[in-house]
Amino acid sequence: MLLRHTPETITDRSALTINPAKTCQPVGAMYAALGIHNCLPHSHGSQGCCAYHRSALTRHYKDPIMATTSSFTEGASVFGGQANLVESINNIFTIYSPDIIAVNTTCLSEVIGDDLPQIINKARADGKIPPGKTVIHANTPSFKGSHVTGFANMTSAMVQYLSERSGKKIPQINIIPGYVEPSDMAEMKRISLEMGIKSVLFPDTSGVVNSPLDGKFHMYPKGGATMEAIKSAGDSTFTLALGRTASLPAAKLLDTKCKVPFECLDLPIGLSATDTFVDCLRKTAGVSVPESLMVERGQVVDVLTDMHQYFFGKKVALIGDPDHLVSLAQFLTDMDMEVLYVVTGTPAGPKFVRRIRELTGEKTIVKEGLGVDMFQFHQLIKNAKPDLLFGNTYVKHIARDEDIPLIRMGFPIYDRVGHQYFPITGYRGALRLLEKILEAILDRQDRDAPEESFELVM
Amino acid sequence: MAAPGNNAAELHIDPSEVKKEILNRYPAKVARRRARQIVVNKVDEGEQVPEIHANTRTIPGILTMRGCAYAGCKGVVLGPTRDILQITHGPIGCGFYSWLTRRNQTRPKSLDDPNYMPYALSTDMQEEEIIFGGEKKLKKAIQEAIELFHPKAIGIFSTCPVGLIGDDVHAVAREMEEKYPEVNIFGFSCEGYKGVSQSAGHHIANNKVFTDVVGQLEAPKEGSFRLNLLGEYNIGGDAFEIERITEACGLTVHSTFSGNSEYDEFASAHTADLNVVMCHRSINYMAEMMEKRYGIPWFKINFVGARATAKSLRKIAAYFGDATLTEKVEKVIAEEMAPVEKVRQEVEARCRGKLAMLFVGGSRAHHYQELFEEIGMKTISAGYEFAHRDDYEGRKVIPTITVDADTRNIEELTVGPDGTRFRPRKGAAEIERLRQEGFRFNDYEGLMPQMADNSLVIDDLNHYETEVLIEKYKPDIFCAGIKEKYVIQKGGIPLKQLHSYDYSGPYAGFRGAINFYREIDRLVNSKVFRFVKAPWQENPELAGSYGWNG
Repeated sequence: MLLRHTPETITDRSALTINPAKTCQPVGAMYAALGIHNCLPHSHGSQGCCAYHRSALTRHYKDPIMATTSSFTEGASVFGGQANLVESINNIFTIYSPDIIAVNTTCLSEVIGDDLPQIINKARADGKIPPGKTVIHANTPSFKGSHVTGFANMTSAMVQYLSERSGKKIPQINIIPGYVEPSDMAEMKRISLEMGIKSVLFPDTSGVVNSPLDGKFHMYPKGGATMEAIKSAGDSTFTLALGRTASLPAAKLLDTKCKVPFECLDLPIGLSATDTFVDCLRKTAGVSVPESLMVERGQVVDVLTDMHQYFFGKKVALIGDPDHLVSLAQFLTDMDMEVLYVVTGTPAGPKFVRRIRELTGEKTIVKEGLGVDMFQFHQLIKNAKPDLLFGNTYVKHIARDEDIPLIRMGFPIYDRVGHQYFPITGYRGALRLLEKILEAILDRQDRDAPEESFELVM
Repeated sequence: MAAPGNNAAELHIDPSEVKKEILNRYPAKVARRRARQIVVNKVDEGEQVPEIHANTRTIPGILTMRGCAYAGCKGVVLGPTRDILQITHGPIGCGFYSWLTRRNQTRPKSLDDPNYMPYALSTDMQEEEIIFGGEKKLKKAIQEAIELFHPKAIGIFSTCPVGLIGDDVHAVAREMEEKYPEVNIFGFSCEGYKGVSQSAGHHIANNKVFTDVVGQLEAPKEGSFRLNLLGEYNIGGDAFEIERITEACGLTVHSTFSGNSEYDEFASAHTADLNVVMCHRSINYMAEMMEKRYGIPWFKINFVGARATAKSLRKIAAYFGDATLTEKVEKVIAEEMAPVEKVRQEVEARCRGKLAMLFVGGSRAHHYQELFEEIGMKTISAGYEFAHRDDYEGRKVIPTITVDADTRNIEELTVGPDGTRFRPRKGAAEIERLRQEGFRFNDYEGLMPQMADNSLVIDDLNHYETEVLIEKYKPDIFCAGIKEKYVIQKGGIPLKQLHSYDYSGPYAGFRGAINFYREIDRLVNSKVFRFVKAPWQENPELAGSYGWNG
């Protein structure tokens, strides 16, 4: 028993987090920054943060994650980080020559109160930022929010620094994809392309953190949203923000700054949420849904109905990021599964709790925000055992101890591949999720079946 | 085909030219600093090697391999101990990232024995605690932890903001210990910004474990030849293999600092007869302090590599000077070496002459060269991520190392003999006799004297320099960590992770050597890297004529 010290009896805790269901803002900001073409993320603080974030992202994506650090030592902590950041900017442009540096702060630089816009201006005044090159920043103290809000902050910084309104509208739609995998971002682009819609999607990590092996290391792979594209987002006719927690802030800012109207939808995970996404694209662009997407949709419905007996009434428990959880809870409910627990360590607010209950019913136990962790999730599971778990790699300890199948979803996934390459969004993603769920349920049924009822056809 | 790799004998590369090329790209200030950290090796008589600049600050904005003091303290040294409950005091990230990511395996003696390693505990500090102080929350967290887990001991690990806002974790530890006298509670001031690398954290960890844990319990283990193994962290089960071998030899490993370890073994470690040191960088402090306070001699050994393992076992046997022990050790070596030798010869036939580069940690970049040597591979460039000059040049340079401000900030304990428990394990005459026999107590010869002339020794290697090394030398294998892995592999060269072993292992001891030989054989002779280029890229000219358009 790996988690043998976790008792079934739930006691109140107010200070101790055990096995967190979130991590800190900068890692999300770093991931978002990788979604800009020719960008080098920079972590302003002590070098351990950058090392940890690069390691976490590398283990998850199994691809190079390049990012630099201001390498604070005690001196910088006392005298401020200006000298370190200015020196960093100079070294980065001289040695690695990116088009843009995206700086995220850390606990340390936030506590000492470094004024990032002022330092960036100083670097520019000192001639450390070559002409045509850009430095942007996001405030991402780790004592607030989570990796998801960090992602949201860096996405907002892209709007803040890069998006512009020229006064001339362009017939294109902005898609702010939320904290999803590169494969999901690619899928969203594909769907809009399939519908004949020109879209600007940012951040866009597809092609960056799932790049091909071609015998040469590319510091800046081909993927990523270009700065021109993000700039032109200010002239788009509409913005579709996917996921309240990760995407709404940037959409709101774009509306305020460049007067681009927006709508915030759930992440297109599962059937209903994808329908809403496609429908919104259709109405906004004034196009019809192509036959090709209708075929994809019909295939999802086909599997859903063909295999309904295996989904019906199954009890599930979910832990992860709020935007994923909303759409996933809806999909599972659509399939007539029973959602017992929905848990996130990211502060998502009462709107999140209401939304989940609205989708899954009042019986679902929803936990969010400070003090909510995997220890508690595990205790809930001990109290009413579900048939299936959804969560990141760390949930495998719970899954093993309680002997419940786990479907890996969210961040981080250290022990499996696929998430980089195969989407869970859109109709194709829904089909993939259905396959994963069925594999888990049917493998389990096969394993547990007595010999006389071991079935060939299922 | 991937780069075919150079045969060592055919290399005609001038390392000083490579160095010059590396420095050319840098701004002048950076170039001046890096020039002193990149050294063309030359070993003179008496193991005299050139001086290298090490344990100095990372250059801001450089893509570095390094981590921080917290990582060295909580992650490396204390991480592998299963029954000290570890609470990270700080925002959530640090606790999250150090949660099971180092592969420290542990095997409690029974299912009832505590194992807290799968638990990541944090105070998850919020803005409020940053403004008003986090001590209150920390006290409450300790109380909640004790009520849930009932541990023997609790370690508190400070993260960057804790030091800045001035939370006194040591005072909190004392106060909570008064409230819960059955629990040993101690804090580590291992804020990430301390020092210049993980190394600072090792020192901080050693100091606290020495003052607050070692010597707390008088419980010597039974056995005639009792030793502590220092600087072994049981990555991928290394300690299990070493325990298997030492047990077969009749040696008693009293405690391992800190692979597969538990609190009571640390607490009574001062009762052992000998300390042997694997990773010099992470733990030489402990060996020094235990000798001064308790009279336990120490020497450097190495269980990475089959021949190195045999040599180390013989060295330990010679120290104890017991005929039965020596006989048993020789018997074990003979039995174990037979299967090792069989695999070694088989693998050597395919690996001889191939080139390796190693840039890892504080000792692996040294130790693993022995394993490569055993299968005929040569290390042409190596260096450490967080070493000090003595790890490169040998301990004899310690008196000449200039202490800078970053090092001075790490507390150096003044240790003297314990009034009642200081007991020299060997008399002065005996020690002298062993010295005469070639025994080197309290010594580490360092990496450079063991590397060939003209190899490139690079401290704190960074990404750009890695790219140049790869381009110039085209090694057959590169050894580093997770952040470097895919960078190198995108270029078509296999990378072996020597921090996590790529989730394989063990590599220590005899069976570990077999695992490693086979693993390296797999990597350098793998078919998969041959697919890097598509067939039409190998032969791009249009040559065919049998086509539909013809």
